[in-house]
Amino acid sequence: MSACRTDELCVAVLARLIGDASHVAVGNASPIPGMAALLAQSGSGGRVRVSMLNSRRHNAFTDGGRELFDCAGQGRIDVFFLGGGEIDGEANLNLVSVGDPERPEVRFPGSFGSAYLYFTVPRVILFREEHSPRVLVPKVSFVSAPGTSPDNVYRPGGPAALLTGKALFSFNKNKKQFRLESVHPGETVDTVRQATGFEFDTADEVTNTPGPDPETLDLIRGPVAREIGEAYPQYAARFVRI
Amino acid sequence: MTTEAVVPGVGELAARIEDGASLAIPPDYSNVPLAATAALIRRNARDLNLVAVPTSGLQTDLLIGAGCVASLEAAAVSLGEFGPAPRFTDAIRRGVLAMKDSTCPAIHAALQAGEKGVPFMPLRGVLGSDLIGRRPDWRVIDNPFGENDPILLLPALRPDVALFHARRADRAGNVWLGQRRELVIMAHAARRTLVSVEEIVDDDFLADEVIAAGTLPALYVEAIALAPGGAQPLGLEGVYEADRARLVDYAEMARSADGFARWLDHFLATKAAVA
Repeated sequence: MSACRTDELCVAVLARLIGDASHVAVGNASPIPGMAALLAQSGSGGRVRVSMLNSRRHNAFTDGGRELFDCAGQGRIDVFFLGGGEIDGEANLNLVSVGDPERPEVRFPGSFGSAYLYFTVPRVILFREEHSPRVLVPKVSFVSAPGTSPDNVYRPGGPAALLTGKALFSFNKNKKQFRLESVHPGETVDTVRQATGFEFDTADEVTNTPGPDPETLDLIRGPVAREIGEAYPQYAARFVRI
Repeated sequence: MTTEAVVPGVGELAARIEDGASLAIPPDYSNVPLAATAALIRRNARDLNLVAVPTSGLQTDLLIGAGCVASLEAAAVSLGEFGPAPRFTDAIRRGVLAMKDSTCPAIHAALQAGEKGVPFMPLRGVLGSDLIGRRPDWRVIDNPFGENDPILLLPALRPDVALFHARRADRAGNVWLGQRRELVIMAHAARRTLVSVEEIVDDDFLADEVIAAGTLPALYVEAIALAPGGAQPLGLEGVYEADRARLVDYAEMARSADGFARWLDHFLATKAAVA
């Protein structure tokens, strides 16, 4: 693997998680998932369809704000990305507030589409670069979107994985638990455990998260960074290396 | 509908939005009526009940900071890549804003019920979210066509007024919105719709099949005011880009009440100069 930054590693890992999906959607304020979707599209020879809400070029919706959600409701979207101000060990997401909701200590922007897309999109990939006990908490203060649901609740979708700036976890919905799959360069199971506020399972063999190969890194720093610039001009500048 | 729909300026639009009205407004990426918002603040509007369709940013933060807002229904409020919406966050933390937290598709679906004139709309998902416990107006029922299949019902949303900015209107009061169909649904669902526009053209949008497809017909539109640059410092797709420096300034200055007041003074002065 080549030397790369954590955000570049995250783009590569998210692109691998997208895998062979036929339609990936990316919400607002998600430049790294956006880059991952473009990278996956490039790797698939253009077969992966990308719908990026921030983008004009990579957004084929013509029927207004509702169309993404109606598409998801019908099962036309395979992969979506969510994050959270808080994420707990049962994959519950909090995008609303910490403390009493009437007089919160911390207020986040709000739930956006999470309470719906977490149910309707088959593979939701959780991504939050900050990996700390204040984000990865034992129990969220407010459930914007629950990680799991009772059997009688219609739910074709849910969490598939959690990627942070330190590690990659898978999620087991029957055990309602994350499992540590790999740690990023410079991290160990112990450092990850110290930075995580919830209990998690560990794979029999926790590996090192593989980074992008040189060709992939060139793609990330070249065409993918240029392409994301259309949707996130400020952000793209961080990646381009000349 | 004739040119009677055209009123002298955004001040006239603001005058038609009564204190206490429920007011539907667009998301920050789409046709935000900031000249009309300045006019609302200038006329000292009070107790507005904002409905963000389905999120909002600068417009809501300005109205909250200026003391115009009693309640807010939204899936999220943020300045996007510029950061949190500071006056919104402050008002919530001080407990002075009645917040009805929602989720994007719930607002879209409730407006769709509103435009159909039916009392409610069902929506998948959301069950088990703490949003539901804080929304006494929402109901969970068992799907009458299924078995042991709980589903959320949302009451129809019929805002008193929908307010947005658009690229152009024709002399008959038809408003061209292109792909911004959420604004069309907003106007269908609202009792009254007020629009500021970049230009009013001598044309009939309904005469051309291609243009008509992206047009909100005049039958939904109560009043139109000419307001060039009416979305600035936000952008308007295909017309002008956002003034990023002013938005960066806002995100920084509005963190304090004093800084907000200074930014607002400048904003109101700029808007007054072009109104």
